[in-house]
Amino acid sequence: MSNNELTRRGLLRTGAVAGAGVALPTIFTASSAAAYTNEPTGGTVTLGFNVPQTGPYADEGNDELLAQQLAVEHLNGEGDGGCLNTFTSKALKGNGILGKKVTFVTGDTQTKSDAARASAKSMIEKDGAIMINGGSSSGVAVAVQGLCQDAGVIFMAGLTHANDTTGKDRKANGFRHFFNAYMSGAALAPVLAKEMGNDRRAYHLTADYNWGWTQEESIVASTEALGWETVNTVKTPLASTDFSSYIAPVLNSGADVLVLNHYGGNMVNSLTNAIQFGLLDKVANGKDFKIVVPLYSELMAAGAGENIKGVLGSMNYNWQLDNEGSRAFVKSFGEKYGKPPSNSAQTCYAQVLLYADACERAGTFNPCGVAEALEGFEFDGLGNGKTLYRAEDHQCFKDVLVVRGAQNPTNAYDTLEIVEITPVEQVMYPPNHPMFGGDEATLGECNPGA
Amino acid sequence: MDAILLQILNGLDKGSAYALIALGLTLIFGTLGVVNFAHGALFMIGAFCAVMLQRLLNLSFQTIDESQKDFLGNPLKVDTPYVEAWFGPETGAAIIDWSVPLAILFAIPIMLLIGYVMERGLIKHFYKRPHADQILVTFGLAIVLQEIIKYFFGANPIQTPEPSALRGSLDIGVMIGFEANAIIYPIWRLVYFAFAAVIIGGVFAFLQFTTFGMVVRAGMADRETVGLLGINIDKRFTIMFGIAAGVAGLAGVMYGPLNPPNYHMGMDFLVLSFVVVVVGGMGSLPGAVAAGFLLGILESFASTTWATTTIPGINQIIIYLVAIIILLTRPRGLMGRKGVMEE
Repeated sequence: MSNNELTRRGLLRTGAVAGAGVALPTIFTASSAAAYTNEPTGGTVTLGFNVPQTGPYADEGNDELLAQQLAVEHLNGEGDGGCLNTFTSKALKGNGILGKKVTFVTGDTQTKSDAARASAKSMIEKDGAIMINGGSSSGVAVAVQGLCQDAGVIFMAGLTHANDTTGKDRKANGFRHFFNAYMSGAALAPVLAKEMGNDRRAYHLTADYNWGWTQEESIVASTEALGWETVNTVKTPLASTDFSSYIAPVLNSGADVLVLNHYGGNMVNSLTNAIQFGLLDKVANGKDFKIVVPLYSELMAAGAGENIKGVLGSMNYNWQLDNEGSRAFVKSFGEKYGKPPSNSAQTCYAQVLLYADACERAGTFNPCGVAEALEGFEFDGLGNGKTLYRAEDHQCFKDVLVVRGAQNPTNAYDTLEIVEITPVEQVMYPPNHPMFGGDEATLGECNPGA
Repeated sequence: MDAILLQILNGLDKGSAYALIALGLTLIFGTLGVVNFAHGALFMIGAFCAVMLQRLLNLSFQTIDESQKDFLGNPLKVDTPYVEAWFGPETGAAIIDWSVPLAILFAIPIMLLIGYVMERGLIKHFYKRPHADQILVTFGLAIVLQEIIKYFFGANPIQTPEPSALRGSLDIGVMIGFEANAIIYPIWRLVYFAFAAVIIGGVFAFLQFTTFGMVVRAGMADRETVGLLGINIDKRFTIMFGIAAGVAGLAGVMYGPLNPPNYHMGMDFLVLSFVVVVVGGMGSLPGAVAAGFLLGILESFASTTWATTTIPGINQIIIYLVAIIILLTRPRGLMGRKGVMEE
């Protein structure tokens, strides 16, 4: 008995000493050996900007890249400081991130999921990027977010509007500043009711891929809640270039509103075709025929030219937004590049600053520390007004802009006018909303990698 | 009935673009025996001729308007096009408004020149090479051409609107006894169809009723014998390449108002146009035109709500489905000749 007791104590003692011995080197070297993926060891920290540099969204990608470069300049104390002067968090001092000079590498997503994953992987593995930011498609965002989760780096999404990014495909290492399709529907609905009434019949043309489906679902839900009837929902192939055969039957369908759930080149062409068919000049069911484009961007507006006059849509941000942060960003971007920023540029700029600020507040580049600092973070001064990074799904909540194609633009950038700034309360939803994966959707565990 | 008429009209219009591109492809294949994958790029360059002319006509001088502010709060720089300063605001604005039709005149010499340079500079070196080599080199050329356009004009679509007099739509239904709004069709799409008919008719007339065309047709049938008669058939075929490039270019110029040009638009049409050529029959000019219109109409019908709800996805596969059926039942295509690509 006593022998047994002695043996057990001896065993425990020996185990404790051995355990401490094994743990000791790790404790002392945790900050220098790879405690997490791409832990910066020198005087610099590398960010990876993954944007479309070729393909149909190259112009949008270029705008994102300009904003990301501007953010890096501001973080390193160069230029006029931009939103560092207006950001409510004062952790950033213009001396890099945690005293390390910020450098960056770029990748080309080509707006293709596989290419985007390959370029992100290369930036993480070869260039040592500790965070990936950018992109202009939800397919790309979901793919790269999954990769970053597995690799153990933070993903700060660029332009991605599908509900799934922070819905059923949400990840602990991924964060979205951009708004989503549900928010577009929720923001647009009251304005649609005010301008078009509650007795309308809508015809949807929807790009046949994930983003199109979630947008259609969101807009149908919010307009039917107003009392609108959905006459038809027609899926159009993503590769379509001419939509005349889809537009031609609209007038005879009994609809009096056409909703174009299209983005980029699809939207430019479908709206151009709809205007050619004279839909906006027609009267249906005794009402003026209307067109709605739920998601706008400045580049699409420029591509659509005069066709967008009077057409309602929504945006994450517009350079005409009049608040302190917006003014500082537009001044900084405009003076450097000679044009106002697009909403994809603004979201990337804000994401880079938010990441850097979270590192400063967390006191580490460890993705789990950074994620914790971002979760539930409330801020202002980056252009969108008061914003919350919700902890449960890593989605930013802020006011949403309802915009309309300008009737009398005075210059090339004056293509859209702000109709209403929908308060954030109107676009909030529970994290387990059925459109966002319901109760089954979870962030999973943060992965520091290494 | 009105819905059927509407889709036939729409199909004829869609088919116009297919027929014009396929006609050029067949001209090149029939004369030079080259499978030209850069033909879509020629269509795209044609559309960008309209963009270029629009930019030239909009070249402006700037004046400062102190009463207005730009986005940074500085006095607004107002652009006034030189043509408005030279010809007066109304005439200048009218010239700019008609830039797309004017671009036809601008595009013809440019496209002929591009066609000539392409054929003499690159393609002639591949006449005796296998078709696979021709496809590779012309596909590479197409990528180079579209990247050049992207470098100068960006990736975003650029509007080249139709003249305001030809904007809007016609209620064709009312004209033929239907109710109002039953058959509405855009004016410019009708213009495009008429334009395509004139070009196609012109090419056929040129080949049928001129001595030059007769020699070219003879060369298409038996190149060696025509050569033995002392006729420089190569020179005539080079000119035909230029004409084919011109047809593709003009199709592109007039297409701009339908869907704003972007650097990728040629690739969007390329595969479809080859399907049209194969369905029509390799080397057959009437076959290419007939197949262009036929597939345009079928595609239009396949996109109707009735079709997509009856057979989901039919709109995405109809053209390829028809191509498979035609090739299984008529391996040489609708009007293909024996011996073409069969040696």
